[in-house]
Amino acid sequence: MLPVTVRDLADIVAETAAAGRRLEIRGGGSKAEIGALVRDAAILDLRAFAGVIDYDPAELVLTVGAGTPLAEVQALVAAERQMLAFEPFDHGPIFGRPAGAATIGGVVAAGVAGSNRLSMGAPRDHLLGFEAVSGRGEHFVAGGRVVKNVTGYDLPKLMAGSWGRLAAMTRLTLRLVPAGRTSATLILSGRSDAAAQAAMATAMRSTANVAAAAHLPAEVNAGRAVTAFRLHGFRPSVEARFAMLAGLLAAMGPVERLGEAEAGRLWRRLRDLSPLDDGQPLWRINVPPSGGCAVTSALAGQGARWLFDWAGGLVWLSFGGDAALVRRAAEAAGGHAMLVRAPAEHRALVPTLHPEAPGVAALSRRIRQAFDPAGVFETGRFPERPRAD
Amino acid sequence: MPLTMPAPDQSVLARRDRIVAALRRIVPGEGVISAPEALRPYETDALTAYRQPPLVVVLPETTEQVSAILRWCHGEGVKVVPRGAGTSLSGGALPLADAVLLGLSRLNRILEVDYDDRIAVVQPGVTNLAVSQAVAEAGFHYAPDPSSQIACSIGGNVAENAGGVHCLKYGLTSNNVLGVELVTMEGEVLRLGGRQLDPAGLNLMGLVVGSEGMLGVVTEIILRILPRPETARAALIGFPSVEGAGQCVADVIAAGIIPAGMEMMDRPAIHAAEAFVQAGYPLDVEALLIVELDGPDVECAYLIEEVARIARRNGATLLRMARDEPERLAFWAGRKAAFPAVGRITPDYLCMDGTIPRRRLPDVLRRIAALSEDYGLGVVNVFHAGDGNLHPIILYDANQGQLERAEAFGQDILRLCVEVGGVLTGEHGVGVEKRDLMPEMFSEIDLAHQQRVKCAFDPELLLNPGKVFPTLHRCAELGRMHVHGGKLPFPDLPRF
Ligand SMILES: Cc1cc2nc3c(=O)[nH]c(=O)nc-3n(C[C@H](O)[C@H](O)[C@H](O)COP(=O)(O)OP(=O)(O)OC[C@H]3O[C@@H](n4cnc5c(N)ncnc54)[C@H](O)[C@@H]3O)c2cc1C
Ligand SMILES: Cc1cc2nc3c(=O)[nH]c(=O)nc-3n(C[C@H](O)[C@H](O)[C@H](O)COP(=O)(O)OP(=O)(O)OC[C@H]3O[C@@H](n4cnc5c(N)ncnc54)[C@H](O)[C@@H]3O)c2cc1C
Repeated sequence: MLPVTVRDLADIVAETAAAGRRLEIRGGGSKAEIGALVRDAAILDLRAFAGVIDYDPAELVLTVGAGTPLAEVQALVAAERQMLAFEPFDHGPIFGRPAGAATIGGVVAAGVAGSNRLSMGAPRDHLLGFEAVSGRGEHFVAGGRVVKNVTGYDLPKLMAGSWGRLAAMTRLTLRLVPAGRTSATLILSGRSDAAAQAAMATAMRSTANVAAAAHLPAEVNAGRAVTAFRLHGFRPSVEARFAMLAGLLAAMGPVERLGEAEAGRLWRRLRDLSPLDDGQPLWRINVPPSGGCAVTSALAGQGARWLFDWAGGLVWLSFGGDAALVRRAAEAAGGHAMLVRAPAEHRALVPTLHPEAPGVAALSRRIRQAFDPAGVFETGRFPERPRAD
Repeated sequence: MPLTMPAPDQSVLARRDRIVAALRRIVPGEGVISAPEALRPYETDALTAYRQPPLVVVLPETTEQVSAILRWCHGEGVKVVPRGAGTSLSGGALPLADAVLLGLSRLNRILEVDYDDRIAVVQPGVTNLAVSQAVAEAGFHYAPDPSSQIACSIGGNVAENAGGVHCLKYGLTSNNVLGVELVTMEGEVLRLGGRQLDPAGLNLMGLVVGSEGMLGVVTEIILRILPRPETARAALIGFPSVEGAGQCVADVIAAGIIPAGMEMMDRPAIHAAEAFVQAGYPLDVEALLIVELDGPDVECAYLIEEVARIARRNGATLLRMARDEPERLAFWAGRKAAFPAVGRITPDYLCMDGTIPRRRLPDVLRRIAALSEDYGLGVVNVFHAGDGNLHPIILYDANQGQLERAEAFGQDILRLCVEVGGVLTGEHGVGVEKRDLMPEMFSEIDLAHQQRVKCAFDPELLLNPGKVFPTLHRCAELGRMHVHGGKLPFPDLPRF
């Protein structure tokens, strides 16, 4: 279904809910293969809610239709030397699809961010306000259109990362940041995971103001382990910080500055995850930075391959073995694991999102019911528990 | 006072002795305060126009005690109002006659600091400044820095999503909290978020931040700490017109510079501050900007020149760079003392807190000046110019019966903020102060979506009721309620 007006959208949701049927909210569908297969839900396509509603570059604030293609939003703000701080990108290629389908609403609803998330925050930190139709078939607004606002509950924080389970967003107001004038990438080579972890911690404790820190082990990088650090900012500042960081890390091994093109390739590979493009199920594990290595060493020697982002706090893991092992390792390190890519049979059995503690799961359920009492958006895509069979 | 609070439940008032005894069993010793004169210090927060002694005060020392108190109160249908340091400017911690006031001040330990994961785990009664002090030796700080930071608690910061001068660059509380331990009204202890950057499922922690003590009681907080920048440099810039200063702010941002802080004061604020602290402010300008840059030395040196260039282009008549740390602190001394400085020139004042799009600044200031004429009350403007967060301070004399007029003036300022595309509150919270203005920004449907979140956490509406929502719907009603064409089926539900 492709509603064009808010009224259509509200009617569709209300009628479907009343009939006890289900709707699967979809933007570009670039992540349609995340989660369990959805059987009897109609697709609710939000791409008609597209276009720029208000953009005054001097305010660093943008209001757009949720169905606006991500690429369009990025081109618009790049022309003003601005950007979305959480580094959104099109996830289609991870699933072997062409790029270009992702919508800004889908990006925010998926709540996932790139390497800069370490220093610049997640979509939820930049979603100032939204308009949406909830599972009640009612159109509502929350948040505001200014950068500083504490009026009422912070529903934008809840909506970012809600995976279409509360409401269908029609408009978003996002905060923008100036695009970095210069960036520089420093690499250390040949470090073990643990040694890379230590180097990343050292860098993050310094005043070098590191924007992104990642580690590619030798197994996923043509036999050469690379630990990379990215700095952004005004040129004199980047140069000074680069020198400081290089001095700090020199004791750990030879440091090298990557040329722009090579740096671009490196960070792109961390986004499109091509180093892990091996057909195995793909996991996204979120832990405290010091816990990344503990997760991977628990799974080493069992066919697992991985890389680290967010200074060790994000582990992308390619692993065909028992899902319970992954979840246990993530929990032991104080975090959680999301199943991002897997064959349909696998996804039918293993919940995509890490199961929550019972009290938290119950509260989450009550929150979902508050927005969607009939469960019109409860498509079964995100089951709370593993299916017992 | 024009404000109506929920009518006290007589049956609860009648049970006071039993309630006090039950609380004493949970928190032995000095932790329960019930003598009427000892309740006095708790009858108000920093919105001192409203006062109400609580039924009883309880000061637990552990999460277990907090949980036991809430479970008992829930079982008995007794309301609870959480309180941190009592510095709320919106009446968030205003007691109710029939409610237990739950003070978190004794939960005041820093539990852990981890520099590798860059976090501090603290109890809610720890003051904001104490966190930065505890990590200062290692070269770290906790970035959000409300002006009340010596006194206000981290629990209160979480509840209000507090900001500060430096939140332009470093974000508000919500951008700097990773996890909380929350005790629900039923006494259940939940952990939301954690030490990692993102939650596993719905971001419930994000909802709790800024929820004004209405969703649960926060008993532990995991804060993100950051390496302290190498240097801070400040510039003091005077303008012959507010427009020039406003344009300078816009141009700095447009140049891609995000200062650590960018504060503006208008003429009356400059004069009041200068008379109070002799910061060396110029008295012949209409607007004064303090722009602070932080980071590596070279970055500050480079950017401060950029800022100076932009200021000159916008007609700055005074441009002073702090040559050393004492001078930088002197620039700030006046701004930081703005409230007490204003306190010297007026018997009473009311501090407002709207946010507007930056481009509307000159226009909004003109209209505030016009309102000031209409109401016959003075106004002094200090504000976080970088993010458009205004703090007009209305001068009045309660003894002359001017409180209501001052409040009406304040409400008109906030309506103006909403009218130009802004919001009612940028950092102080809705509380009771702006509660009845919520319909200026939100429809019944919008508010119903927010209140159902409250119901998911606290279905009996026992925790801090009477705050934020202008109309209190029972949760069962709200669940059934469907809104058609913007009209509620029960348009005349009684206001409390
Ligand atoms: C594991 C994973 C990692 C990712 N990593 C990154 C990353 O590092 N950086 C990055 O920027 N992006 C990342 N993404 C996000 C993603 O790649 C896209 O950019 C996004 O998918 C594009 O949206 P879409 O329109 O194709 O979404 P869809 O696949 O259509 O939808 C995604 C989800 O959002 C919901 N949804 C879509 N539109 C709306 C709406 N208007 N209102 C409410 N709910 C809606 C859907 O129901 C669905 O649950 C990641 C995604 C995943 C799953
Ligand atoms: C001189 C002055 C300057 C100020 N400057 C600023 C500023 O620059 N920026 C800014 O944002 N604010 C400022 N404030 C406002 C105030 O300091 C903040 O809102 C602060 O966060 C309140 O903290 P508190 O500990 O005093 O909380 P309280 O006033 O005790 O309570 C505030 C709210 O939090 C709830 N609460 C408190 N603790 C908990 C808990 N543990 N769990 C759940 N709920 C809880 C209460 O129920 C209440 O709703 C200023 C206030 C003053 C008096």
